[in-house]
Amino acid sequence: MEVAYIIETLIKIVVILLVFSALAGFGTYFERKILAFMQRRLGPMHVGPFGLLQIAADGIKLFTKEDIVPTNAVGPIFKIAPVITAATAFMAAAAIPFLPQFTIFGYTVHPIVADVNIGILYILGVMAVGFYGPLLGSLASSNKFALISAARAASVFISYEVVTGLSLLAPLMMVGSFSLIDFNNYQAGGIGDWIIWSQPVAFVLFWIAAFAETGRTPFHLVANDHEIIDGFGTEYSGMRWGLFFIGEYANMFFISFVIVLLFLGGFGDGSVLGALGFLLKMSFFFFFFLWTRAAWPDIRPDQLMWLCWKVLMPLAVINVVVTGFVMMF
Amino acid sequence: MEHVSTTSPYFGVFVLFVITFGAFYATTVAARWASRALARKDTEKLKLSIYECGPEVTKQPNRISTQFYLFALLFLLFDVEVVFMFPWAIDFKLLGWFGFVEMLMFILLLTIGFIYAWKKGALEWHNIK
Repeated sequence: MEVAYIIETLIKIVVILLVFSALAGFGTYFERKILAFMQRRLGPMHVGPFGLLQIAADGIKLFTKEDIVPTNAVGPIFKIAPVITAATAFMAAAAIPFLPQFTIFGYTVHPIVADVNIGILYILGVMAVGFYGPLLGSLASSNKFALISAARAASVFISYEVVTGLSLLAPLMMVGSFSLIDFNNYQAGGIGDWIIWSQPVAFVLFWIAAFAETGRTPFHLVANDHEIIDGFGTEYSGMRWGLFFIGEYANMFFISFVIVLLFLGGFGDGSVLGALGFLLKMSFFFFFFLWTRAAWPDIRPDQLMWLCWKVLMPLAVINVVVTGFVMMF
Repeated sequence: MEHVSTTSPYFGVFVLFVITFGAFYATTVAARWASRALARKDTEKLKLSIYECGPEVTKQPNRISTQFYLFALLFLLFDVEVVFMFPWAIDFKLLGWFGFVEMLMFILLLTIGFIYAWKKGALEWHNIK
């Protein structure tokens, strides 16, 4: 391993950490603004121009809140749980190519931290570990609302894990590789080559499962405000609670990148236009998360289980079998 | 986009693991220091009690409905299925008809198990009433 590779990796990691921590903060701002505009309000307006400094104000507020560990909480687990959520969300970024490769000062940079050949399996695995954050945090705080949240987190995340895996099988059969770079190159020929045209069912299934994996609104049962206060976050205060949010918003960004790379052509042939289109497509999927929150009601846990096991999972299996027959003939 | 030519692709994963856990843990430590210096201190007796109704702080066991264990069992069944199917999907073109028929039989066996679980009511949400 040469020194240049080590330095390049370190720089990429620092850039990703800084950019996506900032984006996760801005994500909360975008969410409040978009929700406000959809409800004919203005949203945050008082801190800075158009409320842009609201994030800084929130940061100061979170840092200066009193640090509370409740009486019966299991201290070490209670303290490590938010770190698990935030860190695993950022670890999923390692296998995602964020931009096409570019040359700077005669040195070719690949904007991917770790070009592993099992990229998708790695991302699915790390995102699955992410649910230990809410689970351990809520079990350790020994609160009844958090306990309900833990049970829901476990059942929702593991159920939709099955749907995510099964829906990805059909595109994997077509491309024959786990690497997101290979997925991008497979669809590099233009709009006609995008996998969404040949695998629309897999696309919709993966998209729905993405909402469950990130715990966003139609499936926002883990911290459903009007039923169980804040779920796993009920006992948390200050920056520990903030880390749960950084993890959630970073997850939303990364899963938007993954959806675009898997089904919508990624950055195509790697031109500047392709890179811009990549970021635009990613932004649309992030916006869609917020749009859904404004437009859809939450569903009940039993409806969620019904949807997963009786609708989405059989559909995913049928999709795999049909894809197999089509590819064989 | 070309692949990165390196002998150690997992180096970045390891460094990212160390740096993210270190950075976010350091954030919570820094927040603790900042809050000790800046936050309003309150010595109210019930401040550290859990956020539920009732004044007494009692330790209750974490017990949840057995319904969730059923879903855990189903998850084991079907996630193991997916784990078996991933390597097959990657080598789908290589394995051809032989692999496809084998996988169809595997899916058929699992479908029988799935229909059994469905008929037994394992997928229903059991009401407490």
